Amino acid sequence: MLVLKKSDYDAIVAYAQKHAPLEICGLLGGIIQDGKKQVEQVYFLTNVDKSAEHFSMNPQEQFAAVKDMRRKGVGLLGNFHSHPATPSRPSEEDKRLAYDTGASYLILSLCDREPVLKSFLIDKNKNVTQEELVIL
Amino acid sequence: MKVTVNGQTLELEKPVNIEELLVLAKAEQPEYVTVQKNDEFIKREDFAITTVADGDNIEFLYFMGGGAAWD
Repeated sequence: MLVLKKSDYDAIVAYAQKHAPLEICGLLGGIIQDGKKQVEQVYFLTNVDKSAEHFSMNPQEQFAAVKDMRRKGVGLLGNFHSHPATPSRPSEEDKRLAYDTGASYLILSLCDREPVLKSFLIDKNKNVTQEELVIL
Repeated sequence: MKVTVNGQTLELEKPVNIEELLVLAKAEQPEYVTVQKNDEFIKREDFAITTVADGDNIEFLYFMGGGAAWD
C-alpha cells in the first residue's frame, strides 16, 4: 500500500494540468513502515523529452532529488508521470523502461473529466500489479 | 579501501572500475544506470576504464522514462 497526502495529490494534479498536453514526471520520497509506503516528499522533475507521449527524467535533477531524500532521512519510494490523453495504466514503453522492481510507478491520467491516479508495481518480467493507493 | 556508494560505505579488497563496482553494489540492471563519481557524470562507455579510488563518492540511479506512446 502506498499512502499519499491529499495536498501532494492536488499538487501533482495541478502540475500535470498546467503542463498538459505534455507529460510531466517526478519522484516520490518517503518511508516504509509495517509494509506501508508513506510519501513524505514529492519532487517535480523536468521531462527532458518535452513530449505529449514520452518522458525522460533529467538525470541531474534525479541525483539532486535522491541526495535531498538522503539528507532528509527518507528513501526513494517511486515515481510518477502523467498520461494527458490516455488511461492510467502502464504503456508498453512504461513497462519496457521500468528497471526498478522495488519502485511504485504512479500514472496520472487526465483523459477523463476527473483525474485518475493509480500506482503499479512492475517486476523483472514486466508483469504489472496494481498497488493499493490511499490518498489522505 | 573504502568508497561510498549511494550513501553507504563499501569496503573493497582491490581496486575496481565502475562496471565492476556496479556488480559489487548489486545494481539489478547495471546496463540501465546513470553514474556520478564525485558529482561528475561518467559516460557509459567509460565505465570499464574509470577506476574507483579510496574515498570516492559514487552515486548511481536507474534511468527513468516511459510515456503513453504505444499504449
